[in-house]
This record gives sequence, C-alpha cells and structure tokens, in this order.
Amino acid sequence: MSDHFPMLLADASSAAGRFDWLMLSLLLVTGAMAVLLAGLIIFFSIRYRKGSAADRTNPPSGARGLEAAWTIFPLLMFLGIFTWAAFDYAQLYRAPDDALPVFVVAKQWMWKVQHPNGRREIDELHVPLGEAVKLVMTSQDVIHSFFVPAFRVKQDVVPGRYTSLWFKATKLGTYHLFCAEYCGTDHAGMRGRVIVMPPDEYARWLQQGNTESGIAAQGFALFRKYGCSGCHSAGSSVHAPDLTGLLGRTVHLQDGRSLIADENYVRDSILLPKKDVVAGYAPVMPSFAGQVSEEDILALIEYLRQTGADHDDRQRP
Amino acid sequence: MTIASDPEQNRANVPRTDEPVASSGSENYFSRDFSLKSWLTTHDHKRIALLYMASIIAFFFIGGAAATVIRLELATPQGDLVTADTYNKLFTAHGVIMVWMFLIPSIPSVLGNFLMPMMIGARDLAFPRLNLASWYVYMTGGIFTLLALVLGGVDTGWTFYTPFSTMFSNSNVILVMVGVFIVGISSIMTGLNFIVTVHTMRAPGMTWFRLPLFVWANYATSIILVLATPVLAMTLVLVGLERLLHVGIFDPALGGDPLLFQHLFWFYSHPAVYIMVLPAMGVVSEIIPCFARKRVFGYRFMAYAILGIAIIGFLVWGHHMFVSGQSVYAGMVFSLLSFLVAVPSAIKVFNWTATLYKGSITFTAPMLYALGFVGLFTIGGLTGLFLASLALDVHLTDTYFVVAHFHYIMVGGAVMAYLGGIHFWWPKITGRLYPEIWGRVAAVLIFCGFNLTFFPQYLLGYEGMPRRYHSYPPEFQVLNILSSAGASILAIGYLLPMFYLAWSLFYGKRAGANPWQATGLEWQTPSPPPKDNFDTTPVVTEEPYAYTPQITSGLVQ
Repeated sequence: MSDHFPMLLADASSAAGRFDWLMLSLLLVTGAMAVLLAGLIIFFSIRYRKGSAADRTNPPSGARGLEAAWTIFPLLMFLGIFTWAAFDYAQLYRAPDDALPVFVVAKQWMWKVQHPNGRREIDELHVPLGEAVKLVMTSQDVIHSFFVPAFRVKQDVVPGRYTSLWFKATKLGTYHLFCAEYCGTDHAGMRGRVIVMPPDEYARWLQQGNTESGIAAQGFALFRKYGCSGCHSAGSSVHAPDLTGLLGRTVHLQDGRSLIADENYVRDSILLPKKDVVAGYAPVMPSFAGQVSEEDILALIEYLRQTGADHDDRQRP
Repeated sequence: MTIASDPEQNRANVPRTDEPVASSGSENYFSRDFSLKSWLTTHDHKRIALLYMASIIAFFFIGGAAATVIRLELATPQGDLVTADTYNKLFTAHGVIMVWMFLIPSIPSVLGNFLMPMMIGARDLAFPRLNLASWYVYMTGGIFTLLALVLGGVDTGWTFYTPFSTMFSNSNVILVMVGVFIVGISSIMTGLNFIVTVHTMRAPGMTWFRLPLFVWANYATSIILVLATPVLAMTLVLVGLERLLHVGIFDPALGGDPLLFQHLFWFYSHPAVYIMVLPAMGVVSEIIPCFARKRVFGYRFMAYAILGIAIIGFLVWGHHMFVSGQSVYAGMVFSLLSFLVAVPSAIKVFNWTATLYKGSITFTAPMLYALGFVGLFTIGGLTGLFLASLALDVHLTDTYFVVAHFHYIMVGGAVMAYLGGIHFWWPKITGRLYPEIWGRVAAVLIFCGFNLTFFPQYLLGYEGMPRRYHSYPPEFQVLNILSSAGASILAIGYLLPMFYLAWSLFYGKRAGANPWQATGLEWQTPSPPPKDNFDTTPVVTEEPYAYTPQITSGLVQ
C-alpha cells in the first residue's frame, strides 16, 4: 500500500502486505466504533443538556437485551480479529523448508551476521530479493530483539537458546534494522541496515572478499579442534552417540523422554551435557561452557546438519 | 442513597445536608487539631488520605520532571541533551516512580481511603492503625527508592528484564528493588484493609448490590493487590539472589531461564494495569450519573464487569511476550484471553454512554474530566486490540505504539479520573469550592495536551520507532516534536490545578454538605466531615444513584 501513500512505512516483505491489510481493517472497525461512541456521547450531551426541551420520560436504568447485544457483538467481532491475526502469526513462524539460513549473534551493542558460505558482516544484512531467508539467532549477553519495520517482523534474541525469524523480501532497497528490546547503555545505537539485492548481485556479493571457508567446513575444523571427533567418530574407543544426521532425528533419552534434535538441543548438549543424556550412554561428556563461542556453536551445528545432507545423498539410490 | 426520594426519612438518619455546616464553627476532621504530631499519629482514614495525597503529588511531579527531560531530549534525533546512560536512568526513574509511587496508590490510597468508609456508612476502615502503618511503609519505600534513583540511579527500565538486571547492569538495581518491595508491602496492607472493611463495616441496609461502583472497583482492586503483589515481591527477591549470590535462576550462563522472569514479572504487572484503571472506572461511575442526573445504566452489569476484568486480568500476562520466544500456542491462548478481557471494558464504556441518555447533563469540571476519561480510555482500549492481535503485535510491540497505548490507559485514563475525582470530592474533603471556570480550563487543556503528546506516538510506533531510544533516525523527528510540544501543554494543564485548588483552600466559596446534589452517603455528612464521619450510623433503604433527571437546584446551574 505504501506505493500510493508515501507517508506510510515501506512494505518490503511478503508479511508486510498481510500486516497492512489486517492493520487497515482493524483501523476501520475500531475507528467506526470510536466514531459511533464519540457521536453518541456528543449527541446525548447536546440533546440532554440541562434545560433542553428533550423528552425525558421513563429514563431507563438498564436493559438486559441491550447489555446482551453489546456483550455478544464485540465478542464475536473480537473472535474474528483474533482468528485472522493468529493465522497470520502462525505463518510468521512457519519458515519454508528451502529458506536460506543466515546466522545472527547479538551482543551489546552489535549484530554479528554470518552467511552459510562463511561470509561475515556486522550491523548489516544482505539478502536476495524474492527468496525466503531464515535467521537463526542467539545472544551472547542480554536479550536483544531483531526488528525490521519495513518487513513487519520482530523476534527477541535470547541468550541461552536459538530463536528464529523468516521473511521473503519483496522490494529492493535498504531498510532499518533496530534492536527493539532494551539492552543497556547504547541500545539506541544498536541499529543496522538490511540490504535487499537482486539474487545474482547477492550471489556475487557473497563471494566478494570472502576469505572464509563455508560455515559447515569451519564447523568440521572446530569438531576436530575441540576434540568432539575423539569420542563421537565411528572409530572411537569411547562409547559416544553417533552424530551423523543428528538434526531432525528423534532422540530417546536416559530418563524416558524423547525429543527431536534441533539447534537448541545440540547447543544444550555442548554446554549442559548432563541435561539430556541419550539412552544407553554414560553421562561422561564434559561441558564446553565458557570455552566455545556462540559463533563456533552455530558452525558446529551447521557441520552436523551438513553430515545429515551427505548421509541422505549417500542413502539415495 | 436515601436523599433524593425521601428527605424526611433521610433527616432522621443523618445530619442535615444542605447547610454549610463547616462554616458554623463545628469541629471537623481537619480543624480539630493542627499540630504536626496529630497528623503523623492520626488513625483517621481521612487524614491518612491527605497524607497520601501530599506524598503522591510530590512523586507525580518528580516522575513528571523525568518525563520532561525525556521529551526535551527527544526533540532532536541526536542524543545531545543528556548522555545515553542518563537517558536510560531517566526513563527508568519515570517508570518506577509513576507506576509504584504514583499510579498504584493514587486513587485507592487517596480517594479510596477518604471515601470508602463514608460511602458504606462506616466510621473508619477496619484497621485504622494498619492504614497509618501502610502510609509509613509507603513513605519508607518511596524515599528509599527515590534516594537510590537520585544517588546513582538504575538503568534497567521499570521492567527489570533479566539477565540484564541480574548480571549486566552496573547501577543500583538492588536498592531500587528493595524500595519497590517495601512499597509493595504497603499495597498489600491497604488492599487487605479495604477487603475487610467492605466485608464487615457496611452500614445496615448497605447490601452488596447497593454499593457504589467506586466501592466495587476498589474492592476488586484490593483483591488484585493482595493476590498479585506477593508474586512481584518474590520475583524481586529472586533477581536479588541471582545478582548478589549468582544463584542461577534467570541467567542462562548460570543455567537459568530469562523468560521465567518475564512470566513472573508480568503475572504481577499486567494485573497491576487493572490496579491502576479499575479505581479510575469507579470514580467515573460516580461522576457521570451525578452530572447526568441519572441512575447509572446497567448497575449490575457494571459491577460484574469490574469483577470480570479483575479475574480475566490475571490470565493475560503472556501477551507481553508474543515475540519473546514463548511458544506459538501459548501466544494464541494469551491473545484469545486478551480479547476476552476487552469485552467487560467495552461493556463499561457502552454503559457510561447509555447513562447520558435522557439525562439532564451539566458540564462541570469533574464531568469534563470524566468524559475525557471515557474518550481517552476508549482510544487506549481500542488500540489495545491491535496489540492483542498476534500478527500486529509482532511489528508493534516494543515500539512507541505500546508507549502511546499504555499512556492512554494509565495517564489519559487513570490520571484524568484521579483529577476528576479530586475535583468532584474537593468540596467534601476541604469544605471549599474551587473556581469552576479554571477547573474546566484545566480539564480541556489536559485533554488536548494529552492527545497532542501521545497520539503522534501511535504513528511513530507504526513507522517502527522502538521505545527506550535515546537517539533515533531523523525521519521520526516531526512526530517527536509534535509529541514534545503536546507535553508542554500537558505540563501546564497538570500544574494549573495545583494553583487554583491551593487558592480555594483559603478563598474558595464554602461548599456545604452536598454542592452537587449527589446521592451517596458521603454527601449526607457535613463538609469537611466530622472525625467519625456520621453522628448516627446511616440506614440505607435504596439502590445507589437514585438520581432523577428533572432535579434543578443547588449550585449546578
């Protein structure tokens, strides 16, 4: 809608259009209610001002039918709005399977971004036009919040866990990135830019000046550096679970629970290995808390994800 | 309650109502002893109410001074007036003082304290000493907090979000939280006192459904105070434990969960919004029937709506956390419940409007404040629907849209009603009338100044300006300047009553017992009331708000 109303905020993602329609509809409904109420109050104030000649016989002090009407009518309206908004909200949390993963680590007062091929940037996020992008985010200190007004998306970035956010940019341009959760002294300075580029330009940009190997490759190096491979490799003499294709697999735990391995599970297993012990294995893994950075954990996770993809490829006939 | 229908019977029960008793030299609660000691050791609920009034006004203007500096800073996009740290301490001080030292105690502890016993025909609250103790506890906590804020300050925001507050902030977090903890104890004391008073001290004939809605509102508020405040106290203790002893509760680096804090904090702080606004609704429910000369429309529905808000209000805290990382399904449940709590609020607005129908309306200062409340509360309530809508909240939360929304409810709503109540009962409290024209000017000035201050903030929020920003991108400047300009009008509006109300204490016309020809037991005793409120215990024989639109007499011309 912003094309026709330059005062309005840019709508540069697939979510923005839906947001603006819901916002506009709700604005019309609540605006109508407000005008109706204000109109009634003004009308009554004038008509029934003291000394006016208006008829005041049988002033009512209640009416059950009316009370029922203005209970049920708003209730139904509210339920309608709730359903619409809840549906759109669910979409915001259902990232397409082919969404491009990008990793974000927030810290006071900076956004650190890394693309799958290893390219890093700070306080900037380059994304291709028309492609779904999924951010996997964590914080290394306090709670921050990743907010791009032009995309109408926001997600708190919480230390100790991964949160994610996805969007599909629909307009080229440069947009504000704000930290929306108060995070200390320079909270207002924790701003950045999101740059939407044509896909081919984005591909060129990804390669430019990138001396890093891909995240998964970095993860493999870390897997050996931290000694993970010493226990978790097939040839190890230590009895440790095989991690190949771990992400997405159902894991049965010592205490009878089972869960589907996701990023948060891997992270917890590295930092809090006693939390979710796999059934059939002794809790011998040491904690790596304080030794491995958030970026390194993300790289390790991507390496494990990669082993899954390799595994699937080999299985395929 | 008995006055309008049968003056003869009324005279048998209570003192004569239409003579300026106070001027005839008889002793009242105010004139009986002027010594400082008599004030500081009083057990009289009316004097304690005035102690609260003086303290609350002081805190209001301190909190307002912080807001003034904030609005000045935001007039330009650069952070140029104060440093970022000072700015963060200012908005924290503004929030802490306004929420805990002003808004929460404002209507209950001042107007509720003064009026509730009189409205139910009692001589005092159930526990007069507890009442005085609650003021001392409040002052202790308030001054403690104020000192911690002035000598160093705290930069966490009034929400104390972890792990920032527990492990990262270098400011006086513990001291301020101790202050808030102490003030919370005072809240619990007042709430308990009100609950017992309403249950046990009602005059003969004062059945539950003859209670003025102001009493209903303060009763419901007291229940929230007693049930919710301990959760806040406990949460603050947990933050202290983690901060001082590094017990891992909220900080993930210590094995804690930062979202746990948000659940606990909002479990108190969302009901706290209703602690602020329910008494305001009670005040407005007294004023509108009086100046429309009409029984309040749908009395029982109004009472049930108050209880509905108080109960459902406990179940909506998670709507502060839609983008926090809480589960999508939890978000949906909290969103649905938030829409449900809007229904009783809507019922109340419709009933106030319907009360005007076939009334005989005069636009005195209290009535202007009350109508202003209805307008601002409606805008605040309707924009609350945007924030309850999950997909919209994702964009709007933590922006100025939220700031505008809760100021419409808590400042536009609660402060407007507080001032309306002060004007409405001023003649009862002081025995004097304030200059009516100035009262109206201030009401209109506050209404206009308020809208100019906070309406632009809705637009800023939609445009994406995050809250708690010391500096901001230049495209937000125009709306920020409008807001700051409005704030200067609002400030004048808030200062005005200080002058003419103070003037009226000495030079105002004598009010008489019932200048507004209002029903309600508090108007059937002289102004200012005698120490024990009533010479003989009144007997209630009628429904509340027994107004008839044709009455024409008294000062209401």
